[in-house]
Amino acid sequence: MCVGVPAKVIEKMEYSAIVDVMGSRLTVGTIFVPEVELGDYVIVHAGQAMSIVDETYAKESVEEWRKLVNARNS
Amino acid sequence: MLEILKQSTNTEICKPLLEAVIDKAREFQNLFGRNPAFMEVCGSHTMALAQTGVKQGLKDYVNLISGPGCPVCVTDQKSIDAMIALAEGENRIICTFGDMIRVPGSLKSLKDAKIAGKDIRVLYSPVDSVRIAEENPDKEVIFLGIGFETTIPVLTLMVSEAEKRGIKNFSIWMTTKLIEPVMRYLLESDEVNLDGFLLPGHVSIVLGENSYQYLVDEYQISGVISGFKTADLLSGIYKLIDMKVKGQIAIENNYPAVVSKAGNPVTQSWISKYLEPCDEAWRGIGIIPNSGLDLKPEYDQFNAKKRFPVKVGEPRKTKCRCGEVIRGVVTPKECPLFAKACQPMNPVGPCMVSAEGTCAAYYKYMRESF
Repeated sequence: MCVGVPAKVIEKMEYSAIVDVMGSRLTVGTIFVPEVELGDYVIVHAGQAMSIVDETYAKESVEEWRKLVNARNS
Repeated sequence: MLEILKQSTNTEICKPLLEAVIDKAREFQNLFGRNPAFMEVCGSHTMALAQTGVKQGLKDYVNLISGPGCPVCVTDQKSIDAMIALAEGENRIICTFGDMIRVPGSLKSLKDAKIAGKDIRVLYSPVDSVRIAEENPDKEVIFLGIGFETTIPVLTLMVSEAEKRGIKNFSIWMTTKLIEPVMRYLLESDEVNLDGFLLPGHVSIVLGENSYQYLVDEYQISGVISGFKTADLLSGIYKLIDMKVKGQIAIENNYPAVVSKAGNPVTQSWISKYLEPCDEAWRGIGIIPNSGLDLKPEYDQFNAKKRFPVKVGEPRKTKCRCGEVIRGVVTPKECPLFAKACQPMNPVGPCMVSAEGTCAAYYKYMRESF
């Protein structure tokens, strides 16, 4: 399943990072995005960051996904 | 369901976008005397189109056909039976993505095998299976490697990890699928008349925008790479209709914040280091030459098909029409089992099991609107 919600890198290790996805924190691999920096947004697939996402798009995207989740839960 | 469309997104953007798509579709109808037809080639798009209400909102104006983009769904029944048979072996730990565990085999599912006591573990991050192998040196740990181009690099990473840590009791049952060969198959089979493709967002992260040029050059058909938000989906559909109305044929990247022109070169180099093309069998289609990737011979020690050969008979025949649903030839509602004998709690075919399956999307969101 492709998860379209961008994840924000909040801690960076050598080949992994801790990311925040709408409030949930998880550790993901970063070997496929070696240029990733702290504060970047990434798309995660099967536990690995696959792409670095434009920040403006990422912020809008997170907000929209939040609304979708809220709509489903209401 | 349209309520979700209204609630879940920025209505200032999405409501006018929906109306703009409908207006553009009317323009198409005036020109061609029929509604435009597009295929989404990604299971997550199938689910997103249903979940956001886009498909329902456009049903009288645009024919959105679900394609072969759900990895569990396209895996042929004999491969499913083989993976379940693999779990029957002694002293094994089978690791898998969640969807696979409930897919019915001809005799049983992986879930049945787990209930019967077999060690079957569902993982979100496949790389965890290497750690499981390290922690269980007296058992063989086998990962069921299904997936398209987005998942495939992750499988190569697992092989690298196992190799680096000198782990001998780890292997992958490779049954991966590639998107280009199946799109070519669909276009050449001519079973479905299409005006364009809504191209997968995350497969395109790996492949890049340029990889789809063959659609234009060889098949004279357009494609728009799309994200998963309501506005992404609607604007992608709008662009597909607009190109057709204007007589243009092109590949457009409607997800440029995530997808680049050339794709992710790091993932591509991992794939070419570890894998080589192989023939793969697809549900409802059969073998498509070079439509999958398998481990190169030098990585045979991680190739579960070579280490643990499994023989299974011909699959049990059912009235399930998943094979035709995957090709876009029928909708789930045309299957006699849909929402009757086949439901999410008691699925007959994989399209009802998977979180990306067309039948699951119809059952959950569109039973009443189609």
